[in-house]
Amino acid sequence: MKEILLNPQLWSATLAMATPLALPALGGTFSERSGVVNIAMEGIMLIAAFFAVLFAHLTGSAWLGLLGAIVVGMIVAVIFAWAAVTLTADQVILGMAINIFASGFTAYLLNTIFGFSGTPTDTPMLPNINIPVIKNIPFIGQILSGNSVIVYLMIILIFASNYFLFHTNLGLRIRAVGENPEAAETAGINVIKLRYLGVALSGLFSAIGGAYLSIGLLNSFSTDMSSGRGYIALAAMIFGKWTPFGSFGAALLFGFATALSMQLQNSAMSKNIIMMLPYILTVLALVGVGGKSVSPAADGVPYTPKK
Amino acid sequence: MSALLEVNNITKMFPKVRANDGVNLVVEEGEIHAILGENGAGKSTLMNIIYGLYRPDSGELKFNGEVLNLSGPHEAIEKGIGMVHQHFMLIPVLTVAENIVLGAEPGGISYNKKKANELIREISRNYHLEIDPDAKVKDLSVGLQQRVEILKAFYRHAKLLILDEPTAMLTPQETEELFGIMRNLKNQGISIIFISHKLDEVKEISDKVTVMRRGKTVGTLNTKETNEQELANLMVGREVVLRLEKSEYNPGDVVLSVKDLTVSDEQNIEKVKNVSFDIRSGEIFGLAGIDGNGQTELIEALMGLRPIKSGVIKYNNNNIEKLPTRERYKLGISYIPQDRQQEGLIMKFSVADNLILKEYKNSQYSKNGVIQYKRVFENASKKVEEFDIRPTDYNLLAGNLSGGNQQKIILAREVGSNPKLLIAVQPTRGMDVGAIEYIHKRLLQLRDEGSAILLVSLELEEIMSLSDRIGVIHNGVIMDILDGKSATREKIGLLMAGSQIEAKKVEV
Ligand SMILES: Nc1ncnc2c1ncn2[C@@H]1O[C@H](COP(=O)(O)OP(=O)(O)OP(=O)(O)O)[C@@H](O)[C@H]1O
Ligand SMILES: [Mg+2]
Repeated sequence: MKEILLNPQLWSATLAMATPLALPALGGTFSERSGVVNIAMEGIMLIAAFFAVLFAHLTGSAWLGLLGAIVVGMIVAVIFAWAAVTLTADQVILGMAINIFASGFTAYLLNTIFGFSGTPTDTPMLPNINIPVIKNIPFIGQILSGNSVIVYLMIILIFASNYFLFHTNLGLRIRAVGENPEAAETAGINVIKLRYLGVALSGLFSAIGGAYLSIGLLNSFSTDMSSGRGYIALAAMIFGKWTPFGSFGAALLFGFATALSMQLQNSAMSKNIIMMLPYILTVLALVGVGGKSVSPAADGVPYTPKK
Repeated sequence: MSALLEVNNITKMFPKVRANDGVNLVVEEGEIHAILGENGAGKSTLMNIIYGLYRPDSGELKFNGEVLNLSGPHEAIEKGIGMVHQHFMLIPVLTVAENIVLGAEPGGISYNKKKANELIREISRNYHLEIDPDAKVKDLSVGLQQRVEILKAFYRHAKLLILDEPTAMLTPQETEELFGIMRNLKNQGISIIFISHKLDEVKEISDKVTVMRRGKTVGTLNTKETNEQELANLMVGREVVLRLEKSEYNPGDVVLSVKDLTVSDEQNIEKVKNVSFDIRSGEIFGLAGIDGNGQTELIEALMGLRPIKSGVIKYNNNNIEKLPTRERYKLGISYIPQDRQQEGLIMKFSVADNLILKEYKNSQYSKNGVIQYKRVFENASKKVEEFDIRPTDYNLLAGNLSGGNQQKIILAREVGSNPKLLIAVQPTRGMDVGAIEYIHKRLLQLRDEGSAILLVSLELEEIMSLSDRIGVIHNGVIMDILDGKSATREKIGLLMAGSQIEAKKVEV
């Protein structure tokens, strides 16, 4: 066991596995802070993962693949916002509908565009990045350097999001809208606009997370490859008390469990037990172990302005 | 003086209701202008129009001589109109400063906490409204929360301040404090529109009174040249009896008996300590006390909404402290809760459905588990007429009725079922004088028919005019139980403040 814990691979895998959870968790934080429960992040990730491969393959550039994934992901998010915010549809049912659609839609596109053999093997990947100086530090260097560019982007986004949400005027307004939209409106704030912004940001972050799965970790797409990460991200967000740093911490914890189960492939200990860990943690997070987290007061409640 | 606000011929229709019907109003600079009117007369609607939350169907608003065409509150705010709503518009988890500057934060992209706090301290000083900008709003008392609302208006340089029933939630002490603030503002040239159902408050604080009835303004009077009786009559459109006729006190058997009851709150702090009292049939027992002295915990324990720590609750000689709430209802206990929006009503249900919330299971209203709507509607139209709930359409959602009419639904349900024991917490909060007159009559009638009534109210006036005996609670302890006839304001006041010894002296 000690051997495994001292293996830098375990820790860089933790980072790698935490990234596709931290990104949508961050997105969910924005969406729910503005008062919209966005379960559709799971579907958005999946769709983005597919289009990342498609655009990367068509253009020959992984960067353009990422960009395409973001555009498509945000379009889906805005459609979701239109139904949830403008038409005040039930957010959970709507999110489920999008997820089921995404699963079928991407499977269909995969078969019609790429056929039986799956996505082409020459699809370009997003680069890994070596950090000078740090890369030469033993142990630490192997963990912190040489990761996918998205991992570093994620870390920057965590800090930026924290600043945005808690230290800017716009962040204050987003939080106000998610707590008491009526009060925000009487203070002269446009509730609908800010909820669109919250959902759009969740689309953006989920899309980056989705693209990371298909052209960051790999260079291929397979059906249902998001495999519930959009949901686990929501648990991470709750575990992290709807804060960027908290979400990141929870994502790291879940990522560690996944990485550990991968390292234990060959050991005597059952890997299946470890694989259960993230899900057990999720349940514990949801029932409030580790301090009851208090959700934004108007989370998931549609708002209709007065006339 | 010149007119600051002119309202000309404003009309506003809601589905099926003409809430404002040709309303006219002039508010001068630096005056406190009271608006009086029955529940549902259209006061809140008019204020929401002035504040830009509702758009009028026709008519004109003028502010400072300029015609206003408001498309939302942000424009009203910009012109210098501020409003404190009947239900507060605050965000509990944010700080005082964040609540105040929200929507008009100082500085650029980043939230400038130092600047915000500085600005708020300055306004606090100028208007004598002391407050800690870093406190969380959820930790403040109702009176201080209201102060935050008022500061919100002045942060945006309000010249006109609208206060929609600001005293309904306040203790008498807090009301006095608010009046001090209002006088101060007036001296600084601010105009205030003040809505209240309490005639004595209107008499005390306002310069002018405009009376509304059924969506229309029926007249504006100089406060000095009128009296409470005239105002009441004008409001209701008929002679109102402000003094109550009470028949002889004729108590029967003990209905509710509480012995050595101790109850704790969520933090496990004892809020009710060893309380004992009896209530007999044919008796109104008033519980007087300053808000937050254990009344809530005591009532919730009596209703089975909160576990008790020790003690006995007997109803008709049977122990009920272990019975769930529903069983207590079945025994003939009725309950008018303090918070009508959270506990008393389901805002998204119709008036008719709200009227049978407790009895829907009875054979009267359901057959084999299917609700018999014919009976439900019969009951609704009877109660709506009896309790004068307006509008009379019982298919409206409870949430679309005016504040006072929402309260009437609860009363119709709880008083109308002829309970053997009625626990009434602030039963007439937010009601107009006509409605209060009717409710008081019904409570006395219930008593004369042999019911036992526990009346909890923050208003001494109400307690003293109705109660046969008065218990005064302070810090979870019943200080004394007084005879309703001989109790004086001063004595109750002293007991409420916790000074038993001095109260005893007054007695001598
Ligand atoms: N959003 C709404 N939809 C439908 N009807 C409404 C709505 N708001 C108010 N009304 C109706 O308009 C009328 C006027 O209501 P308003 O709230 O202005 O009365 P009010 O004078 O403030 O009464 P109260 O003293 O009880 O607060 C009432 O009949 C009410 O039922
Ligand atoms: Mg009102």
